[in-house]
Amino acid sequence: MNRIQKKLKEDKKILSVYFTAGFPKLDDTKKIISRLEKHNVDLIEVGIPFSDPLADGETIQKSSKKAIENGMTIRTLFSQLKDLRKKVKIPVILMGYLNPIIQFGIEKFCVKSKEIGIDGLIIPDLPVEIYIEEYKSLFNKNNLLNIFLITPQTSEERIKLIDKNSKGFIYMVSSSSITGSKKNLEDNSFKYFDKISNMNLNNPSIVGFGISNRETYQKVIEKSKGAIVGSAFINFIEQNGIECIGKFIKKFR
Amino acid sequence: MKYKVDEKGFYGNFGGAYIPEMLYPNIDELKRNYLKIINSENFRKDFEKLLSEYVGRPTPLYFAERLSKKYNTKIYLKREDLCHTGAHKINNTIGQILLAKNLNKKRIIAETGAGQHGVATATVCALMGIDCVIYMGEVDIKRQAPNVARMKMLGAQVRDAKSGSKTLKDATNEAMRDWINNPVDTHYIIGSVVGPHPYPDMVTRLQAVISKEVKTQLLEKEGRDYPDYLIACVGGGSNAAGLYYHYLNNEKVKIIAVEAAGKGINSGESAATIKLGKIGIMHGSKTLLMQNDDGQIIEPYSISAGLDYPGIGPLHSHLYETERAKFVSVNDSEAMDWGLALSQIEGIIPAIETAHAFSILDTMAFKKDDILVFNCSGRGDKDLETYIKYFKL
Ligand SMILES: Cc1ncc(COP(=O)(O)O)c(C=O)c1O
Repeated sequence: MNRIQKKLKEDKKILSVYFTAGFPKLDDTKKIISRLEKHNVDLIEVGIPFSDPLADGETIQKSSKKAIENGMTIRTLFSQLKDLRKKVKIPVILMGYLNPIIQFGIEKFCVKSKEIGIDGLIIPDLPVEIYIEEYKSLFNKNNLLNIFLITPQTSEERIKLIDKNSKGFIYMVSSSSITGSKKNLEDNSFKYFDKISNMNLNNPSIVGFGISNRETYQKVIEKSKGAIVGSAFINFIEQNGIECIGKFIKKFR
Repeated sequence: MKYKVDEKGFYGNFGGAYIPEMLYPNIDELKRNYLKIINSENFRKDFEKLLSEYVGRPTPLYFAERLSKKYNTKIYLKREDLCHTGAHKINNTIGQILLAKNLNKKRIIAETGAGQHGVATATVCALMGIDCVIYMGEVDIKRQAPNVARMKMLGAQVRDAKSGSKTLKDATNEAMRDWINNPVDTHYIIGSVVGPHPYPDMVTRLQAVISKEVKTQLLEKEGRDYPDYLIACVGGGSNAAGLYYHYLNNEKVKIIAVEAAGKGINSGESAATIKLGKIGIMHGSKTLLMQNDDGQIIEPYSISAGLDYPGIGPLHSHLYETERAKFVSVNDSEAMDWGLALSQIEGIIPAIETAHAFSILDTMAFKKDDILVFNCSGRGDKDLETYIKYFKL
């Protein structure tokens, strides 16, 4: 069983943290991962920076830009994570846009990911149809779970298609927005969380986008398997450095 | 039809819709409806009426006598510069605003580089009384000030794109982000044959009125409905796609596409996507892109804001790969010289984008009775400040 699947079997809510690899400093990646694990985060999403992150708001645009300026590349990231599994036990997911991955070489990317013990991938601009046709068997072969996003606008039919092609969890985008949005979680969002949970999908859902404090975290985990914090974490380490990550996590639980 | 888009939105190896799930419902809605709408009788009627009475079509196919004499060949100019708002861009925005109304959208967003597409969008929004937000790179806002003022006069809100290189690609990112944030009531009018399927095909079909008219006009003037050469500048590639469309399967017609080389192909400051690009994915489309080995998009440069795009429409990547079109690239200085030359030989001050196309007259040889059709995609009013500075006028 994949580490993500094992984690999801545990009888607890998931707190997942996203950060951009190579930010604030190029070699912070491993330090951030260890600290997040030490403070009982359940799952980590490591962002591969891209120059044109279509689905991201200002915070992740900026951290991506800085990370690229710092010299972060997929090659560098893989070499930083070479010994990941000597210490880190929790599941780690790589999240990045398709273009840098294709330029690195999709096959090589999957093999390398497996080698260092990556458990899943989130590629926001890889639609499910193209995944099924061109990527699915390669990801399966390397034991990489592909995580798909759904939004309040996603049709039921499409949610079922995504569920059928998922083996980990479904990334439930909280409202129609890019990352880091300051839109409040609206009543609509909760209706949509209810709708998803009533669909009795095979995969649990974890909520992301706009989760920035205890209140939003507590509210969404009532309706889902967990929550993902991204922009709020990046803003925190930008302002406070990476030493006091524990303080940030305590704001959530 | 080798050059038509397939069901999945590909031209050969290029195209598709590589979009985040957040954009899926909008793109899917368009994909399911665009052909039905633009082929409907009602749409055709409204579209043709507006093109004729509001835009001023058909635009003339003008025989450039002095230029022809100088280069000892037959040169025609398709006068898109005479369209209302000064460029071909309005053919597309008229079509898309009708489509948006048909889909019951209440708000329009668009990106713009030179500001021509922004002005053309703001214009049709004023015409229809629909809210309009235009994204424009901070750098372009400065170098195309007259167009910014026009958009404001037309009632559009101009928002500056502050990310990345602060030019066209970043304005496009911002527009797409706006669409993610406003998924229900908003239509995104893309300004060129770029972006996810069905945009490249949709914009091509709306611009195809250019070659449709050329066919009729050439038949009248030359007794045959096709030229030997079609020549257009390519940023994203919409004026070029419109000029080529009805001739793509006529192999007697040679197709030339002119890209902006900026300060030179190897100068590090260029926008020559075909020469410098590799296949990749940006703005939802698989196409040739200027990028580094790590897949980060390279910030392009051209003196003309409208050619300053690191990608190219997937149709054009396909025309290049299949060798249906010949691609050449032209430096800033050659383009600027042609801006002046066309003004003084024919009394037509072209947009700097347009001026690029004419440079091939200096590098390619044509026969005396060859018929050349240049797409005169836009007029130079918006570029006066750049011309003034460059030539110290
Ligand atoms: C006059 C003119 N020509 C050409 C272009 C380039 O666009 P495209 O390649 O889509 O025709 C622009 C873009 O702003 C323009 O204003």
